Amino acid sequence: MAEMRYREALNLALREEMDADERVFLMGEDIGVFQGAFKVTAGLLQEFGERRVRDTPISENTIVGMGVGSAMAGLRPVVELMTINFSLLALDQIVNCAASIRYMFGAQVKVPLVIRMPQGAGHQLGPTHSHSFEALYLHVPGLLVAAPSTAADARGLLKAAIRDDNPVIFIEHETLYGRRGEVPEDQEPMRFGEAAVRREGADVTIVGISRMAETALKAADVLASEHEVEAEVIDPRTLRPLDLDTILASVRKTNRAVIVEEGWPHGGVGANMAALIQEHAFDWLDAPVGRVTGADVPMPYSKPLEQAAFPHEEHVVKAALATFRDV
Amino acid sequence: MATEDATGGRGPDATGVEATTHPLPDGETCERILARMLLIRRFEERAGEMYAKAKIGGFLHLCIGEEATIVGATQALRDGDYLLSTYREHGQALARGTPPEAVMAELFGKVDGCSRGRGGSMHLFDMERRFLGGYGIVGGNLPLAAGVALASDYSGTDDVTLCMFGDGATNQGTFGETMNLAALWKLPVVFMVINNQFGMGTALERHSAVTDLSRKAESFGIPGSRCDGMDVLDVHRRVGAALEKARTQGAPQLIEAVTYRYRGHSMADPEEYRSKDEVEQWRGRDPLATFPAPLVEDGVLSEDAIEALDKRALEAVDEAVEFAERSPFPDLDSLYDDIYVIGEQVRDPWWSTDSRAPGVHRGEEEREAGDVARELAEAGAAHADETDPDTRRARARGEGG
Repeated sequence: MAEMRYREALNLALREEMDADERVFLMGEDIGVFQGAFKVTAGLLQEFGERRVRDTPISENTIVGMGVGSAMAGLRPVVELMTINFSLLALDQIVNCAASIRYMFGAQVKVPLVIRMPQGAGHQLGPTHSHSFEALYLHVPGLLVAAPSTAADARGLLKAAIRDDNPVIFIEHETLYGRRGEVPEDQEPMRFGEAAVRREGADVTIVGISRMAETALKAADVLASEHEVEAEVIDPRTLRPLDLDTILASVRKTNRAVIVEEGWPHGGVGANMAALIQEHAFDWLDAPVGRVTGADVPMPYSKPLEQAAFPHEEHVVKAALATFRDV
Repeated sequence: MATEDATGGRGPDATGVEATTHPLPDGETCERILARMLLIRRFEERAGEMYAKAKIGGFLHLCIGEEATIVGATQALRDGDYLLSTYREHGQALARGTPPEAVMAELFGKVDGCSRGRGGSMHLFDMERRFLGGYGIVGGNLPLAAGVALASDYSGTDDVTLCMFGDGATNQGTFGETMNLAALWKLPVVFMVINNQFGMGTALERHSAVTDLSRKAESFGIPGSRCDGMDVLDVHRRVGAALEKARTQGAPQLIEAVTYRYRGHSMADPEEYRSKDEVEQWRGRDPLATFPAPLVEDGVLSEDAIEALDKRALEAVDEAVEFAERSPFPDLDSLYDDIYVIGEQVRDPWWSTDSRAPGVHRGEEEREAGDVARELAEAGAAHADETDPDTRRARARGEGG
């Protein structure tokens, strides 16, 4: 095992996959000479050259579209978008092209494209740089969606994403880039659709998505030390495909569930997951499924307001305890 | 609402493109060109009829009038070159060699269609012939074309990508973005504006401040030129030269073909935005009349030979309709097929939800989800036999849909 930062794990995955397959190349704004807005691609231009590490103009829709086109023609592009908010400029190419092309053209072509981008609040970047849009991409059939929360998952899932023949929305997190974690020396690509049980517990299931997996673990510690509640914490790691089996097995054990996400509540990941849980485990539930989400507002700049607008462990503790109320 | 300004004359003489005379190619080439143009014309006429009979659903955009532009350009392509087009693309698929049977079956929504009934009129596709699709979003295919060209450049092949789009697409953000990137990275791609004078029902001078569209990419470093889109030889020469520059010098080019569509934007177009007189003026330049005329005069092809070509085109279209009629609709069990490539990361079965039935189905194995799912799919599909009487009457009048 080696300890490294989340961003270094991503960098390593990119380097390994570029070494392994000549068809893999990178495109994005300031990923080369600038070394990446969050330094994920640091050193890769020097190592692989301009043919394979391409600085692009600021043209998100066209960068993604070129990724789709080059993937249709046999390459394996990895496109970096600077934040997930900027991906909204590319929504046409992501939904109308990347996700639809294989199906609408009768399976004559595949689109092995990875779109990497960070999301998340906490850096006072205001309403156009701080949002969390897992739910938006989860909505779309034809896309795979990964949201790794640890360095090892970042590396293992990115390697898997690059090798897969489907378009992958790969959601990183700005706050996690600096986090250290243990990463296996020789890491094989991970499998999508396999959740991680981060902490075992018998009393309540907490599902934490993206950075919220970390927040859920902190909340579990508080629940154990202050409330004698043992929470089971699940990190789904990928949202499409979703490892619903692991979540349901946990809920059948604990009879309680809380879903934690940073994005907005309406039409959110938690809304979707709560529907699935009640469809499949209604008889096992002792309380309504709880949700903890970001506030239903554009992300404000001011530090107290911003911190108030996304979930912290206190919110999760409260929601978990609420599932023990008499109903 | 029609106004005099909005529908004022824009006959062929007002476009600023001068008709030129090109030496005729050899007889075999002339025959091939004419056969393709006739096939497209007859196919489109029949597609319009089939639409009126409700054999074809959705929107139907016919390219009648644009045959010289389509055939002139596609004849300049090599087999290895890629072509991307818009939603008005039946002609492009036919010109590239996709069998009329497969195109008509796609319009009918049948399983033997060139996109297996998944795409319809606006989304034809033929990987084998490197026809990489019709696209339903205006301007949406430009970035894709640049990406395909990037792949050719990256892989060191000398394949060129030809990307066709309408005059309306030059106002999309993707136009500027893609021109800049293609020029910056010296991609082997030729952009071709099929200027048929209207973005849907909005006339060129009402939607674009610059009406010489060949100049619209100049500021991005892409030189442009115009050709007479009603003259198949002029189109062929210009596009051929542009493809060569893109192929040998990695210099992307923009070509504007000035043309006209004789039919409405789609079948649901009362054509309030133009005058009958204008359409008649352009009909005087019909490539299906202007191309064969000198062939007969010069003795390249006899009138009988031309008639025989037309007969063959009509027969091919008859066969296409018969084929499309006979071909079955896609099996309901295939509804969930091919959303994903099944492999390491998407294993069969994969999760999917279907809100019609309580519960979760396992993607492509929904066919094994049991009688309930099957009954619900059949219940939904049964509505395919319903036809709204108003729609039927409107289609019979040539308006509806």
